[in-house]
Amino acid sequence: MTADQLSAAGNQLATHGLDLRYGDRLIVGGLDLVLPGGAVTAIVGPNACGKSTLLRGLTRLLAPAAGTVTLDGSDIHRMSAKALALRMGLLPQQPVTPDAITVEALVRLGRYPHQKLLTPWSAADQRAVDEALERTGTAVLRDQPVDQLSGGQRQRAWIALALAQDTDLLLLDEPTTFLDLRHQLDVLDLVAELHAEAGRTVVMVLHDLGQAARYADHLVVLKDGQLASAGAPADVLDAELVKSVFDVDCRVIPDPETGTPLVIPKAGAKRPTAVSA
Amino acid sequence: MPGPRPAARTWPRIPLFVAGLCALAVCAALSLALGARSVPLSTVLDALSGTAHGRDAIVVTGLRLPRTLIGLAAGAALGVAGAVVQGITRNPLASPTTLGINHGAGFAVVLAVYALHLTRPIEYLWFAFAGAAAAAVFAQALARRAGDLDPVRLALGGTVLQLVLLSWTSTVMLASKRSLDEARFWLAGSLAERPLSVLWPVLPALLIGLVVAAAITPALNALALGDDSAHALGVPVSRIRLAGGLAVVLLAGSAVAVAGPLSFIGLAAPHLVRQLFRTSDHRILVPGCLIAGPLLLLGADILGRLVIRPSELQVGIISAFLGAPLLALLARKVAR
Repeated sequence: MTADQLSAAGNQLATHGLDLRYGDRLIVGGLDLVLPGGAVTAIVGPNACGKSTLLRGLTRLLAPAAGTVTLDGSDIHRMSAKALALRMGLLPQQPVTPDAITVEALVRLGRYPHQKLLTPWSAADQRAVDEALERTGTAVLRDQPVDQLSGGQRQRAWIALALAQDTDLLLLDEPTTFLDLRHQLDVLDLVAELHAEAGRTVVMVLHDLGQAARYADHLVVLKDGQLASAGAPADVLDAELVKSVFDVDCRVIPDPETGTPLVIPKAGAKRPTAVSA
Repeated sequence: MPGPRPAARTWPRIPLFVAGLCALAVCAALSLALGARSVPLSTVLDALSGTAHGRDAIVVTGLRLPRTLIGLAAGAALGVAGAVVQGITRNPLASPTTLGINHGAGFAVVLAVYALHLTRPIEYLWFAFAGAAAAAVFAQALARRAGDLDPVRLALGGTVLQLVLLSWTSTVMLASKRSLDEARFWLAGSLAERPLSVLWPVLPALLIGLVVAAAITPALNALALGDDSAHALGVPVSRIRLAGGLAVVLLAGSAVAVAGPLSFIGLAAPHLVRQLFRTSDHRILVPGCLIAGPLLLLGADILGRLVIRPSELQVGIISAFLGAPLLALLARKVAR
């Protein structure tokens, strides 16, 4: 897909001179960024580079100290909470699971922005929930309490909630943290599927550079709250960038499976060789 | 496919609600019949319908009917206040008592009685609201850390606040032994010897509180997923918290104005409903507490009339006696 096709698809998030602060601490400073609509974007960077903070800024969880965030040109801070919730779904890093809630009851909460006071649960609501359960493979778990699920199942139930919200844009904050490799891949494959089948725009914060390169169309690399680089993974990810952003000497080779860039740290690079225990 | 499935899962809820209502009706009947002078149920019915006119009938309509109605109203207010305050703080230990709201209202009333020489409970009302609101705002301010509410700080701060308010209340009481006899009785929490004229002025506030609580129940369900998820679902989080806080102040303030600072009804009712229905859905919890609150309060009141007959223990003492172990139990569960 070319850049023109991507922006024509709509659902384009952009930041303009965005400053994000926690109290006095400037976390993200003067960021100008375009996240192409209709694409999967991965935001990567070292710990404390501001990637989760940026996601909070993009979803209005954190008000900018300066600058704006726009969705297809309109300032998200001027939209009503509900109007934004109809266009943008979010899976936070550590959501709270209510006691004794079943998978289906959890997923039904995703319909919140679609419901009005005094209107009962509609057939369309039920359809969206059933579809979200099917797509995430959690339909068989629908009557089980969420707090008794495995980490991977739970993450899928939460993604199902975001799907039931039925938004064109889906933002995920480190969706693979705390999951083993199998479940990490399950979640990322599911995200890729949602993008491929329904054309959803996805923005996710990821830790693993290889996974980011493999699953994203567009990579945003942050360092110290500044944009280090952005673009297609194959164009952006090279040894120089990894050295300057992560301070790691490495080789970047094509992934033997997918051809996307794969970061291989050099042996003994940076660290003194481990002392035997 | 969607047809029978939800029905199959919701059916036990309706009989449970019906059972709750039946239990409440039984409690109300017992509350009318039992006491230092027990009256047979048939006489109760006759007295209510106006066909009986003996001393028994006067006891029923003059004393026990107001007592029962006030118990129903105060219990409902405290039960729903408990469900809402646990919802907006996302804290199972929160309640009008543990956040200091009831005792805030109590302290404000005692201070007003002391300073302004109030004599009638009707005059307590506005002081009860003001005290409840001030305590709620203060408990919230104590719990704020980096802009977000910290559940543990909220419970701790509220408990400390409650103790401080209690000691201030005692200080005022000691300062003036003579004029505060009425306040002392009220302060222990009692449904007895309150005329119905005490209930009418608080009823509008109580009803507004209930309507606001009902209106925010869907938002409370979304809020249970954490502030971030709730925001992402389009919940105006701070506005819902404010509305919920207002409902709690109106409900708890009303209950305190008529019956004194009763402990633990607001804590026990939501937990009872959660256990029975095995759900944390606020659309079940809030109406459930509307029944469970008065059920617990009337039950405690009846118990208080029976334990040291022909004298009686005030309902505030009974509910504190039964509620304290519950709080200990919950704290253990939450800490795990």
